[in-house]
Parts: sequence; C-alpha cells; structure tokens
Amino acid sequence: MPLISRDDVAHVARLARLDVTEEELDRFAEQLAAVLEHAADLATLDTAGVPPTAHPFSLVNVLRDDVVGRSLDRDEVLAMAPVAEDGRFRVPRILGEAP
Amino acid sequence: MAAVDIARDVRAGRRSARDVVEEHLATIAGREAELHAFNLVLADSALAEADEVDRRVAAGEDPGPLAGVPVALKDNLCTRGIPTTCSSRMLEGWRPPYDATVVTRLREAGAVVVGKTNMDEFAMGSSTENSAFGPTRNPHDPSRVPGGSSGGSAAAVAAGFVALALGSDTGGSIRQPASLCGVVGVKPTYGLVSRYGLVAFASSLDQIGPLAGTVADAALALEVIAGHDGADSTSIPQRAPSLSDVLERGVDGLRIGVVRELVEGIDPDVGARLSEAAAALEAAGAKVDEASVPAVTVGLSAYYVLATAEASSNLARYDGVRYGLRVDGDDVTAMYGATRAAGFGAEVKRRIMLGTYALSAGYYDAYYGQAQRVRTLILRDFEAAYESYDLLLAPTAPTTAFALGAKTADPLAMYLSDVCTIPSNMAGHPAISVPYGRGADGLPVGVQLLAPALGEATMFQAAAALERSAS
Repeated sequence: MPLISRDDVAHVARLARLDVTEEELDRFAEQLAAVLEHAADLATLDTAGVPPTAHPFSLVNVLRDDVVGRSLDRDEVLAMAPVAEDGRFRVPRILGEAP
Repeated sequence: MAAVDIARDVRAGRRSARDVVEEHLATIAGREAELHAFNLVLADSALAEADEVDRRVAAGEDPGPLAGVPVALKDNLCTRGIPTTCSSRMLEGWRPPYDATVVTRLREAGAVVVGKTNMDEFAMGSSTENSAFGPTRNPHDPSRVPGGSSGGSAAAVAAGFVALALGSDTGGSIRQPASLCGVVGVKPTYGLVSRYGLVAFASSLDQIGPLAGTVADAALALEVIAGHDGADSTSIPQRAPSLSDVLERGVDGLRIGVVRELVEGIDPDVGARLSEAAAALEAAGAKVDEASVPAVTVGLSAYYVLATAEASSNLARYDGVRYGLRVDGDDVTAMYGATRAAGFGAEVKRRIMLGTYALSAGYYDAYYGQAQRVRTLILRDFEAAYESYDLLLAPTAPTTAFALGAKTADPLAMYLSDVCTIPSNMAGHPAISVPYGRGADGLPVGVQLLAPALGEATMFQAAAALERSAS
C-alpha cells in the first residue's frame, strides 16, 4: 500500500486550502492510501507512446461575435455574496499590513 | 401517467395542466416525508406555471411538446431566484442569478418545474447518502438506497412524484440510480446537452440527461434539452437528434456485443437478467455475441484520478468570496480554510484531497498523466469494438439497491458500484439504462445499452425494443 503520512495529508490539505482536524489527518491518510492502492492497476498498462486524452472530443477555440450582450445584474449577483460593500465583494485582508 | 400521454392530453385540451400538477403534488404529499426525494417542493410556482400552460391552451396556442408535464430538477441545476444547493452546506440558501439552459428549454416546451431533488453533495457519491440534508430512500424498499448521485431524481420518478426528472452523470450518476429505482436513465453523448448552469464537478465527464418511466418519455425529454447552445463552449454545434420516431424500428440486423469485462464480478441475479435481455434482443432479430473492451478493467481507477483532479480544481471556487458560505478568518487564507472545512462534507473533502494529491508535484505523471493515457486506451478499445458492433450491452450496476449504511464506511466499496457506467463517461459516449426484471430480493435490475458518440438514435431504437420485451 502506498505510504501516505500525516505530513503528506497536511501538505495536500494546505494546497487545497482546506483546514483539517487531527482526526481527519489519520482518516484521510488511511483512505487515500486505500484508493491509491487500487489505482496502482493503472501502472500495469503499457502506455508508452500513448498520447493523453484530456477531453473526449478534440477541442478548438470557440469564439463569438464581439458585440455587447446582456450580462448578469450586478445587484442580483452581489445580493448573494457573503459580504458586499460599495458594489464590490468585501474580503478579509490579503496582505500583511495592518487592517 | 407517462409524459407523452400527459402532454398529448393537455395540448388537446382534454385535461388541464393544473389538474395534472395537483395530482402529482398530492402524490408527493403522501410519501415525501418517508422518501425525501426533494430538497425543495415548489408547489405554488408549479401551480402558477400550470395555469399559464392552461391559459395558452385556452387561447389556442401550443405550449409545447411537454405541455403540463411535471418535472423535477436535480439540485445542481441552476434555477433563477430558486435555491440551488447541490445538497451542500456550502450553497445552502444560494439563489442563482440565472437559469441553466436545460431549465429554460424545459419551460419553453411547456414543462412545469415541481421541485429540486436531493443528491449526493456536489454529485459525489453513489447512494445519495452524502447529502448534507439527509439521505433519500428507495421507493421500492425504503430501507435501501436509491443509488446516486441523482438519487432524488430517480426516486421522484419511481414514486410517481413527477413524470420526468433531470439528473447529471459524471461516472454513472443518472444510470446507476435509474437501475436501482427501476426507471429509465440516459447519459447523452458529451456535448449533446448544454452544461450551462450545471454546477461543475468534473467538466470533461459531466453531462445532463433525463430520468423517466419509459424509453419514449426519455426520448421526448432528450429531444427538448439537446442541441447546440452558445453559452457552453463544449456544446456540439448541431441540432437535437430526432428520437421519438425511431422507437418502433426494432433491432432486426443490429449487431450487439455483450461487454465481457463488465460482466465479471456482478451479482448472479444481475447477470441472469442481462442474459435474458441479450436473448430477447436476439429473438427480436439482433445478432448478439460477446465483445471485449479490455481497457475498461482499469476504467474505475482512471476515473477516480481524473474526476477528483478536475473536481479539486472546479471546487476551488467555493472560497467564501462571491457566494455561498463564509466562515470569517483573520486573513483571506484563514477564511478560505475555515470556510471550506465547514462547508464541505466528508466525501467532498476526500475527493478534493485525492485530486489535489494526484495533481501535486511528484505524483502528477504517475497518476493524472497515466490516467489520461489510459483514457486514450479506453477510447481506442471502444473504437475497435464499434468496428464489429452497432451497440454494446452491459449491466448498469453490479447489484440491486443496497441497504442504507452498507457502504458508507468504505469509500472504495462505494466507488465500485460505478464500475459498469464509468467507461461511457471516459469515452464521452451515450448510454441508457433500461429496467429489466428484478433480482431475487424483488428489487429492480437495469441493463445498459452503450453506443458510439452521437449514436443516440440507434441506442433508443434498441432500448425501446428491450423495454417491449421486458413487459
């Protein structure tokens, strides 16, 4: 079974911006290892020279005419924000300066 | 009553849409407390929509092919001004500022939206037990799950709460609950139905489709919701296929292959119904034998890497800034971490973690890269199979409906219930689950017809023949 340590789990949780409890560190370490062990069968297939598929159909850029259209109503959108102020979304401080 | 019959009667003025909707609301009132198919029942607005349909009929207008048909929407389809929760605390109380394209098209066809259905949180699950608002129960046996993640939609159709429902299918989330609830479920070709307004889970796999009591109703619903939409850049630029007029064509001369790799490990009862379905298609004139699609044996692993990787990216948007839950923190990073810890349930967190791990430095190629290459092999193996066959036949789910709680402690056991449905999502191909008898436990069994991309017409043609042979 792939060894996933509590430190690995804590690292991944930081990348995912997800606070985890001590109990979750243990549980996720065990459960992620079980799923990854099952996923080890991926390595049994020879994929040398096989190109990856990111999408079932080959995508091309889809463009529309450059004309002004209707967009969402600002007040309706901001009404659903956790905190809005002066027509904008309000967030906690993002840099280290004093609030 | 079937959707095609309701629409025919309402359009002809033989029955009012209000009468139809009142009857369905009464059925809901009788059993919803027991089953919990809905997150929200929209009784008042449904009656108002029904009255508008009736007004149009009285004025000599045609309300459309779904006139007066009561429909339920999975709660990950955006409805303007109406709560859309994805069965998550993260979006509790959120009212979208726009309608999903499929919702607009249903209403334009005269359908009446009766409610938003329960689901596994953010469509992650196979039993609807991962809902933050409590599980849905199977109408055939309330001690069993309805399947998932579109379990509320499947239960709503099976219980007669609505004639039609929409779900979304990323790895089987329409077809598996359809199978467990004894209804028809369709995953269309990727890109056939607009995803605009579907809350994203894994964008290269997600597709909206109908759940219905009959193949004809599913065909009618798909005709209404399919077709190009400029608001979805992955929408295939062509019109909706014509399906209702192919249903009587039969299967004479069609070549149908039973997928050997997807029969291994299924319950004997499910295998027996599948063999009967194969025999019935053969008796109806199809040429049926065994087909092989070798790479599907690792489809499950590849899927759980790709789907979680895409989910970990898509769900980054739930950051407490623009909508949904916010838990305050001293700075923005603390706010993100606390918001996401409080808003997401255990399965969603597990998948975000798995996907983030699979995409992280040092593991990217072994997991994500390899899963993408395996996806190519699955596509190639299907392509090879369709050189010899028009359609493929497989079980929909390895078992009938299982007991509530039976698989909640073991994520991997739960994931295995999608093993037969995942390959179609990986390939972007259409598939339909059709009820075919019952297991020894008396619960419904579904069988699945798979088709190549945009092969919906042939798929529905055979599904209708299969349905006739089952009844």
